[in-house]
Amino acid sequence: MITLVVNGERRQVDVPADMPLLWVLRDVLGLTGTKFGCGIAQCGACTVHVEGKPVRSCVLPVGTMGSRAITTIEAIGATPNGARVQKAWLDLEVIQCGYCQSGQIMSATALLDAIPSPDDADIDAAMAGNICRCGTYVRIRQAIKHAATEIGSS
Amino acid sequence: MTGERHRGDSGAAPLAEPAAGLSRRNFLGLASGAAFVFGFYLPLRKTSEAAERAGYAPNAFIRIDSQGEVTLIMPQVEMGQGVYTSLSMVMAEELDAEWSRVRVEHAPADVKHYANPMLGDQATGNSNSIRAFWKPMRQAGARTRACLVEAAARSWGVPSAECRTENGTVIHDPTRRKSAYGALVSRAAVIEPPQDPPLKATSAFRLIGQPLRRLDTPEKANGKVRYGIDVMPPGVKFATLALSPVLGGKVARVDDRRTRAIPGVRQVVVLDDLVAVVGDHMWAAKCGLEALEVTWDDGPNGRVSSELIWSRLREASLREGAVAKEVGDVAGTLGSSTAPVSGVLTATYEMPLLAHATMEPLNCTVHVTPTSAEAWIGTQVMERVHAAVAKAAGLPESQVNVHNHLIGGGFGRRLEPDMAYSATRIAKRVDGPVKVVWTREEDIRHDIFRPAYHDRLWARLEGERIVGWKHRVSGSAVLARWAPPVFRNGVDSDGVDSAQDIPYDIPNLRVEFNREEPPGVVTGFWRGVGPNNNVFAIESFVDELARRVGKDPIDFRRAHLNKTPRLQAALDLVREKSGWGSALPARCGRGVSAQISFASFIATVVECEVDKSGEVKLRRVTTAVDTGIAVNPDTIMAQLQGGHVFGLTAALYGEITLARGRVQQSNFHDYRMLRIDQIPPIDIHLLRNDAPPGGIGEAGTTAALPALRNAIYAATGVALRRMPIDRKLLATGSERT
Repeated sequence: MITLVVNGERRQVDVPADMPLLWVLRDVLGLTGTKFGCGIAQCGACTVHVEGKPVRSCVLPVGTMGSRAITTIEAIGATPNGARVQKAWLDLEVIQCGYCQSGQIMSATALLDAIPSPDDADIDAAMAGNICRCGTYVRIRQAIKHAATEIGSS
Repeated sequence: MTGERHRGDSGAAPLAEPAAGLSRRNFLGLASGAAFVFGFYLPLRKTSEAAERAGYAPNAFIRIDSQGEVTLIMPQVEMGQGVYTSLSMVMAEELDAEWSRVRVEHAPADVKHYANPMLGDQATGNSNSIRAFWKPMRQAGARTRACLVEAAARSWGVPSAECRTENGTVIHDPTRRKSAYGALVSRAAVIEPPQDPPLKATSAFRLIGQPLRRLDTPEKANGKVRYGIDVMPPGVKFATLALSPVLGGKVARVDDRRTRAIPGVRQVVVLDDLVAVVGDHMWAAKCGLEALEVTWDDGPNGRVSSELIWSRLREASLREGAVAKEVGDVAGTLGSSTAPVSGVLTATYEMPLLAHATMEPLNCTVHVTPTSAEAWIGTQVMERVHAAVAKAAGLPESQVNVHNHLIGGGFGRRLEPDMAYSATRIAKRVDGPVKVVWTREEDIRHDIFRPAYHDRLWARLEGERIVGWKHRVSGSAVLARWAPPVFRNGVDSDGVDSAQDIPYDIPNLRVEFNREEPPGVVTGFWRGVGPNNNVFAIESFVDELARRVGKDPIDFRRAHLNKTPRLQAALDLVREKSGWGSALPARCGRGVSAQISFASFIATVVECEVDKSGEVKLRRVTTAVDTGIAVNPDTIMAQLQGGHVFGLTAALYGEITLARGRVQQSNFHDYRMLRIDQIPPIDIHLLRNDAPPGGIGEAGTTAALPALRNAIYAATGVALRRMPIDRKLLATGSERT
């Protein structure tokens, strides 16, 4: 048995230690908001936070997690920046098919946590690991800046 | 999929075999399952009879409950293009529904009621959802509204003509009476809907034309949305599969000893053409599959390579093709292909095989029992999936139930039911429900690929005018496989779409199609379909002709568009907004493309820089679009922005290659996508008018490739003749290898 801390709750899972966190979240815990896209950390659809840092859960063995706090898209709205990013995503109507957007929102939230007023280069560096096949990138950039202004005003 | 023409070809008969009886049962099941629901069309006999005559039932779209909640049943699927919102706006407009109380529901598999009238099938494609349903949805809304008005008028004892509607309420101003729609539904249910109620004048629209918030996005932002890949029926197991690395190969032998020893592996399924491992979770299935020792029988395609495919295509392009269109005296103007008259210019252009790479990998969840099959999937073709599941399960269609979902990227890949067929064959051998998920590698290697095309063009100029034009398209005929009845006389109407209806006014014109299938490779629709290839070839060649006569590329196009003022206006607007003609740094250029594709008039300017190593940096994209009435202008802009990125991605990176019968790409490291750090500003400018709405989902893809190609031409003078771009051709001096 492996004990995980997911979205503030302790969860026990009976899985192999080398199993990537992605599949534990999706197939064992039923947290399907985190997406499978490539399985090789190339697309970012599986991005979750571990102790607030964005990680690609498709290549992260669950046995390495220990007691570190895991946050997924299902709970990111409970954080101030997560809520700001989600709101900005809707205000600017970023989303199309939406499949990559859990990962985009997790990466963007981590960016704002680290850099409250990111410039274009900061956005490029933080977001280039997240592929969007619908091509919503222009609006992702605008929405991050929009969310950043909300930090300033609140 | 050039819808209008297909319908003309095939008459009123739907392409797919109508599932007689099934649709009515499904519809009644749907209605009786909703206890408080009054479907106005529930006395369905009349509409069903109408459906049998017309091939589709226009009135199976609306449900209103006694609380006034309006549910719209969506005949087209939502894959990111925003159609759930825009179709709802169209219907709610005529219904005068209260927008905040509109809900949407996926249509069941039911070709009789939910067929796309332009495709003759329950399918979402060819960017025609709004075009196809513009009138049916408005009529459905208007008929329903008329019944509600009549119900209120009768209960008040007033003439219905004195009543009006607003925001889900019928109002009689003379007596100051009001009734909410919800309170009228039982009375309205017994009123015969008028066949041809008046529709609103465009000036009366209050929803259409507004950038309303999308209905599908809130749950996509918080992880609650359920795509097909997210379904979890109780007791579900997880499976992943492998097909023969050589396309079309079969399983010869399997040794599963190592697989069975892996914890969590439950079952190995071996079929003639695939192997699958079933486990407690995807990880067990994936590890199990990797441990499986499979010997494949390569079959007939072990020697297929990209070189073979290209050499066959190039050879085919030397043949005369089937004539799709002929106007004027082409032979007199151009001579023959082998003996052209003097002054004829010619060029060839090539487009590669492409994968779709939808972000949601292929998947389908199926539960097969001896007497039933239930499937969960996101698909563009509900009825085809329904039929595929039934066939694979060996059950009558009446014992099969398919649930559709929001789609994590379609782009044409989900116009095919192959994944449902494979998943059901696996599920038939599994006790309980099983979710079959393709790895990214299997998804790419066993895609149904966008065809490779070879286009050969001839033209003759007199002064600054094109007087003769011949365009021969050689490539796969997707329609011949996907909708055989519409492949007629050797011409694939999708294969020549935007070529036979080239926007330019040229007096002597001939367009030919030459079917040449790539050996062993199955081809299908890909965002932009036929126009992708044709607009690229036409707009590249036109740019070369403009340069030959020393004319500005926009002026040259404009001079051939005097009969097409809408496209001229788009060119004028894009010239103004893109900074066309202003000075640029060295090795930077602007390129333009113009098109009438999917009934939208689009002009795009791409600005780029080409560095000394031949790498292309995107600087700016500007588009002017006239798509007629813009149902939701924000969605139109989003679709064009995204469509441009899709096309630019293909131009810069997209190519599937084969060696020894195997697809050589497998995942995003070798089948690359544009990323945010490569994306320039993309500005979309709408030309507003009252023309009927055009299609928009694929148009941006089609426009982007030639505009970038022409920008590179302007920046470097290198006339690229094939996609994706060849950086070696663009490198300078010592950088060139």
